[in-house]
Amino acid sequence: MLYFSRLKIISIIVFCLSLIFFSISNFINNEDFFLKKKVNLGLDLQGGSYLLLEVDKNPVINQTLQSKLTQVRNYFKKKEIKTFDYKLGKQKVLFKSDTNDQEKILELFKDDNELNPYFDVYKSNQYNVELIDNIFELTLTKYGIIEIEQSLLDQAIEIVRKRVDEVGTNEPSITKSGSNRIAVELPGLDNPDRIKSLLGRTANLTFRFVTQNTDASFGSEKLKNLDTGEELNVSKRIIISGDNLIDAKPQMDNINNETVVSFTLDRLGARKFGRATKNGIGKQLAIVLDNQIISAPVIRDVIASGSGQISGGFTFQSATDLALLLRSGALPAPLDIIEERTVGPDLGEDSIKAGVLSLIIGFILVILYMIYKYRLFGLISNFALIINLLMLLGFLTIFEATLTLPGIAGIILTVGMAVDANVLIFERIKEELKKEKNKVIAFDNGYTLSRTAILDANITTIIAALILFVFGSGPVKGFSVTLSIGILTTLFSVYYIARLLTSLYVMKNKNNEVTIK
Amino acid sequence: MTGKYLFNKYYNLSNIISLILFIISIFFLIFKGLNYGVDFKGGTLIELRSDNTNYKTEDIRGAFNKLNLDDLSVKKFGAEGDYVIKFKRSDLNEPDFIKNLKNDLDNYLEDYSFRRVENVGPKVSAELLQDGVTAIAIALAAMLIYIWFRFEWQFSIGAIVAIFHDVIITLGIFSLLSLEINLSIVAAVLTIVGYSMNDTVVIFDRVRENLKKYADIKIFDLTNLSINETLSRTLITSVTTLLALLSIFFFGGEILKGFSFAMILGVILGTYSSIFIANPVLVYFKVSQKTLIKEED
Repeated sequence: MLYFSRLKIISIIVFCLSLIFFSISNFINNEDFFLKKKVNLGLDLQGGSYLLLEVDKNPVINQTLQSKLTQVRNYFKKKEIKTFDYKLGKQKVLFKSDTNDQEKILELFKDDNELNPYFDVYKSNQYNVELIDNIFELTLTKYGIIEIEQSLLDQAIEIVRKRVDEVGTNEPSITKSGSNRIAVELPGLDNPDRIKSLLGRTANLTFRFVTQNTDASFGSEKLKNLDTGEELNVSKRIIISGDNLIDAKPQMDNINNETVVSFTLDRLGARKFGRATKNGIGKQLAIVLDNQIISAPVIRDVIASGSGQISGGFTFQSATDLALLLRSGALPAPLDIIEERTVGPDLGEDSIKAGVLSLIIGFILVILYMIYKYRLFGLISNFALIINLLMLLGFLTIFEATLTLPGIAGIILTVGMAVDANVLIFERIKEELKKEKNKVIAFDNGYTLSRTAILDANITTIIAALILFVFGSGPVKGFSVTLSIGILTTLFSVYYIARLLTSLYVMKNKNNEVTIK
Repeated sequence: MTGKYLFNKYYNLSNIISLILFIISIFFLIFKGLNYGVDFKGGTLIELRSDNTNYKTEDIRGAFNKLNLDDLSVKKFGAEGDYVIKFKRSDLNEPDFIKNLKNDLDNYLEDYSFRRVENVGPKVSAELLQDGVTAIAIALAAMLIYIWFRFEWQFSIGAIVAIFHDVIITLGIFSLLSLEINLSIVAAVLTIVGYSMNDTVVIFDRVRENLKKYADIKIFDLTNLSINETLSRTLITSVTTLLALLSIFFFGGEILKGFSFAMILGVILGTYSSIFIANPVLVYFKVSQKTLIKEED
């Protein structure tokens, strides 16, 4: 195991140098360096906020079932099958039919794609139908729910991105997490209150008339006016909604000297709004945001221009936030904040200092101990260790990995464990030198005989690290990344760098005395 | 030919001591339980730094006590003036919660800042705990299957007994000292598992080699010989790993302290168990040259 061909030696050197080259960009200010890649620091090291949001799918499921109920009723009316007693239960639609139609209805739910869509990808229908005590029970299947969740999540993540971008934080990262969650990382942000309040609102905007009598076809509901505190009876008929908005911005109204939000409507919205204001002069218009009235002005004139103002006792900040919410659009469902972690920038800095300090101290202790134990071979293994760490850093840079505090712990552990392989080899060589007169054979045997132990030990550790990567959460992942890459670079540095140097030394001193202390 | 030191003389004694420690640990884990941090229990954690040197822990606790928080705990955290405050909170969605908390706190404290705020909802914390336990269980299973493939089933049992010993006693000590269990402790436990396995594998590798070499040495003496032959490696590796870990413990800052403490316990226990737990299991199963040959047929 001591022989290295010239080609092999060159490839080893080239491989090491190229990884070290990548690692260099972390140490120099690389404005003019053509490699811009750097290891990212985790939020725990650079400070920042992490929010985990969960999409509340229940309102949307209820909505879906509500419209399904109407669809099913119309469908059977068209087919001239008598169905009746429609009811919306908990996460289900209930209805009845004549007993002799039951078979036929079940059959239709199985076969008709219009009534019960079939998802080819999942090999499943959207709805389950069961007949219990002569009542049909219509529920969403597992995949029906997944379908809803996915489209909700896709829409929600877009809106979240818009809102976070509008606030203008530094390089935010917004990613899906699981089937119904969104992870938001905001580096450098030490006070997430504003973002939280922006993401915590659905921002569902509607313009509706205030009514005295209950509107026959749509009904009405009592809503609270935030401006005045009184309750008003508001029609459920929507004149225009947030979807019709193309722009909104905060503005100073010079006449009343207050901050307002001015908005611009799209063509359809402008036409509807014009017609409504024409028919409704003298009526009170309710501007409703998330089931609360933010203002209820009386219409004095036709507004045909498609633009207007909302006033509601805003401060400049709240007007700015409202405009931002209106511009970014409504969330398809409410978001719950289920996890939040915020680290201040000075704590992050302290953590880096402590992490790096402990890394350096641990490293120096290990290096000194190895020199004390193995003299020249200690130096060789230390050299290999330094190259090992630079290569590890090079890989982290190439993958643009995120370095967290547990990640630093993973590196320190790599230092401790990297030494183990060399110790195993040197101890074995010592044993072999006692038995074998020929030094080259003794060294060769030392490497060969220790190999199974080293491989077995490292493979078991890498199994642990990889499983931690797959199942571990959050910052712990950083630990497994550095540890698993560290094990790979360790094996390389032990078997290619340290072994190469050992072999060069032994071959050169074939006829001299060679001892490992 | 059984080696310089007679470890095998102490197999029985050490097994009895380990068994007692193991049972005590289980006892603690059942009756005292673990001190879960907000990661696993849910709630809010605030790391507070005050620049007012006159404050004592009681002052900080007194101030927070006035805010009517459930399950409040206030502890010093590393450097002078740093505290960790934990409490339960039902609703994470109140966006102004921290702002209001600060406003209220301003009445009782001055010259302070929040350096870190963590809120974990009950759903997330339950999942994190489950994920952690799953990760450890799967990692254990995967490593044991690997050992089983590489060695024989008797070795696999030896390794699992040693690992359970290390993990349970480490957790027992965490329970005894009421140290906090958080996400990084899960990483530490998995690393302990890896380290202990590592140590055991090195000795087992030598046992396997010696089994092939010496047909006439009984397993009782053969394990002792193998332990002796690998002893210097075992010690040197333990020392280097401990050096690295001690430096994290003393210089790595408060957040890594629990992690490195768990690891230090694990390394010490792992070194001990790979000698005194894993090997007696081989003796118990009467592993011999035949065990290896039978498998090779």
